[in-house]
Amino acid sequence: MSKEMNLTLKVWKQKDQNSPGRMKTYQAKKVSPDMSFLEMLDVVNEELIHQGQDPIAFDSDCREGICGTCSMVINGTPHGPMKGTTACELHMRHFKDGDVIAIEPWRAKPFPVLRDLITNRSALDRIIQAGGYISVSTGNPADANALPVAKKDADLAMDAAACIGCGACVAVCKNASAMLFVSAKVSHLGLLPQGKPERDRRVWKMVSQMDKEGFGNCTNTYACEAVCPKKVSALFIARMNRDYALSVAKGQPDAS
Amino acid sequence: MKLDAKTPSGPLTTKWSRYKEECKLVNPANKRKFSVIVVGTGLAGASAAASLGELGYKVTCFCYQDTARRAHSIAAQGGINAAKNYPNDGDSVQRLFNDTIKGGDYRAREANVYRLAEVSNAIIDQSVAQGVPFAREYGGLLANRSFGGAQVSRTFYARGQTGQQLLLGAYQALSRQVAKGQVKIYSRTEMLDLVLVDGVAKGIVVRDMVTGKISSYSADAVVLATGGYGNTFYLSTNARGCNAMAIWRSYKRGAGFANPCYTQIHPTCIPVSGDHQSKLTLMSESLRNDGRVWVPKTKGDKRPPSQIPESERDYYLETRYPSFGNLAPRDVTSRAAKLVCDEGRGVGASGLGVYLDFAESIGRLGKKAIEERYGNLFEMYERITGEDAYESPMRIFPAIHYTMGGLWVDYNLMSTIPGLFVLGEANFSDHGANRLGASALMQGLADGYFVLPYTIANYFGSSKKFVPSTDAPEFKQTEQAASEHLKRLLSIQGSRTPTSFHRELGKLLWENCGMARSDQSLKTAIKKIAVIREEFWKNLKVTGSPGELNQTLELANRVSDYMELGELICRDALERRESCGGHFRVEYQTEDHEAKRDDDNFSHVAVWEYQGAGKEPVRNIEPLQYEVVTMSQRSYK
Repeated sequence: MSKEMNLTLKVWKQKDQNSPGRMKTYQAKKVSPDMSFLEMLDVVNEELIHQGQDPIAFDSDCREGICGTCSMVINGTPHGPMKGTTACELHMRHFKDGDVIAIEPWRAKPFPVLRDLITNRSALDRIIQAGGYISVSTGNPADANALPVAKKDADLAMDAAACIGCGACVAVCKNASAMLFVSAKVSHLGLLPQGKPERDRRVWKMVSQMDKEGFGNCTNTYACEAVCPKKVSALFIARMNRDYALSVAKGQPDAS
Repeated sequence: MKLDAKTPSGPLTTKWSRYKEECKLVNPANKRKFSVIVVGTGLAGASAAASLGELGYKVTCFCYQDTARRAHSIAAQGGINAAKNYPNDGDSVQRLFNDTIKGGDYRAREANVYRLAEVSNAIIDQSVAQGVPFAREYGGLLANRSFGGAQVSRTFYARGQTGQQLLLGAYQALSRQVAKGQVKIYSRTEMLDLVLVDGVAKGIVVRDMVTGKISSYSADAVVLATGGYGNTFYLSTNARGCNAMAIWRSYKRGAGFANPCYTQIHPTCIPVSGDHQSKLTLMSESLRNDGRVWVPKTKGDKRPPSQIPESERDYYLETRYPSFGNLAPRDVTSRAAKLVCDEGRGVGASGLGVYLDFAESIGRLGKKAIEERYGNLFEMYERITGEDAYESPMRIFPAIHYTMGGLWVDYNLMSTIPGLFVLGEANFSDHGANRLGASALMQGLADGYFVLPYTIANYFGSSKKFVPSTDAPEFKQTEQAASEHLKRLLSIQGSRTPTSFHRELGKLLWENCGMARSDQSLKTAIKKIAVIREEFWKNLKVTGSPGELNQTLELANRVSDYMELGELICRDALERRESCGGHFRVEYQTEDHEAKRDDDNFSHVAVWEYQGAGKEPVRNIEPLQYEVVTMSQRSYK
């Protein structure tokens, strides 16, 4: 087990959506390499509460990399330096004594800051509401094995479905594009036979909503794929663009 | 407290179909006049809200997360059970029912469990129709694997992310209803209390976690799907935000709390690494399909695992339970791990750990096959521990994972408060004293998709329609009380943080009411909890104000519940003078350290009734009658 570290944190502090924010410096002392990044922040916060100071507000929930709640830019990279790793799974053994660490919220116009590192990502919900589903009500569907799905299609659909909706792809994109998020859902459902009937309508409606929310366009830098904690491939964006072009070519789908 | 389970009469196998044929219905034009509040958007809550919205009810849904898609069902890894019998290995509804009853150590209600097994197949059909990408074979059909406590392969899975995919299916169905205007979701909104009007649940008081504003919502019925209370123990596999506020405050409003001492300790979690630890991470039970559990035969053997020869390893599950081996149920496996660690044969720096070894499977199947099955779990293990489990065995140790206890419900899933329904982990109904792997997802979705839509109609069809205004005095008084509770927490201005109290309480519970419980340990815990609680209310420190986004206040509010709930868990454990499932009293064990039930005296559900602050709660019982199952000493040998 390696030694404890002392770190300097520069953290974005902002009281609420309407107040201006600024970077504030904190010291994180006696940090164990076995701590997770968020546990390191917990320890800093405990000390701040003791001193009667305002703790650093940040989002987290499952702390095992699956819920998509945690969302912070660490030294300029959403979720920090480790590939395929959410901030909650990042451990301090990847830092060294004396490091200065900058911690900021997701920066994107459609994700307003609510406090410190916490942002409002409800725009992503509204994109799913626009059509990110298969229209089937609870009832008596056909037997699950009535419709075989080729393993490679099911596997590829699962690759896309692995998206945790954290929004890191938006945060890293210079255009604040949500194309990786949207394309992951469009591909997941479009690849499966169950999702085929609504394929045109779905992509058209989801992309329209994405535009309405103020997310930018994709300019193929692949930064989204690089920071995606679930390694969702940017190739899904190409698939979505093709689906979208086809849906437009077939005529504007029924918007109802 | 009157405990009428309202189990339909007739043979077990036809109870549910008869109920469905005979229950009252609400006609489509009237459905839109009925409103329902659903608290929680996990598998149970999201599936219920979506299904009720589809039927035409007006649904208002609440979650503390920033979006409905993040509820902790998402973290379930291994799979979901169903009696499809696709592998032709002898499975049936009857067998799934038998396994679940036996797995729960004969402490669950027969009729509820049979219904669960009965609707299990429809859940798989429904999920596939929604586009849940379950694992498939090359022929395009669904793949299955086996899980603990069963000798058939009945578990459906989507890599190691089954909970995520099922939840996203339910969330997407819910989103469709939001788009249609059938459901309105309030996220980052926490339920603070339940509101009763003339003894009937008619609404809730909530806090907007961004602005701090406290307000009320009223409806024809309230549905709680708020998960379990595992976080009372501080360290658990639950998400940080999981809490017991909705069920605990409903208990204090008169809902019976059933079997609080039935807590599940999951055998395969990553061991604690230090005092900073904020939660524990589960390694899916599915790993036990290919991993072998062992410890050194010799006490204090600190050699690295690779240097311990085969002959000096004790594969204790395989020797103790030859017919189930590494796939023994969770409670049995956890206790076995504790036994070997108590003997001083535990591994890792703390000695609180056992090995889960894949070397043999990798040798037999190749690394690629193991990677395909569990790749994401191995990666997760490496991220957390910095160790490569392909090279050396994983270290695992039991941790609090799930709570079988919860608010008491009848066959309709209605609590002792009329109009208050409770679904999923929040209720007590289906798992008895121990839940089998891959059954939580099954129960959450069964309750939400296939049970509540019928039983709530039956309730609406047989009660008078009435939705009070939220200006009614009952609402205003409850809002006032909730607001004063928060102010009180803020006004103490002592010197200890909510986390420090939570950690102290959790440690006390784990040590005295965890894997092994005794008359003495429980009495000690009850006394000490009173002391911690007193200090909590004298020496707590919360910063900030109630009218803002204040995470310290949120936590303090939740911990104030744990201070009371922790005591009830111990009280229930103390009164249940037998061992069953996850509840292990050291005084009641067989010669080879297995749980020893006392069916003559404890074949019942213990339902606790709140009597007011500072008063001892009353323990009521619902006797469990087994018409079909023959109770036996549970054996996995």
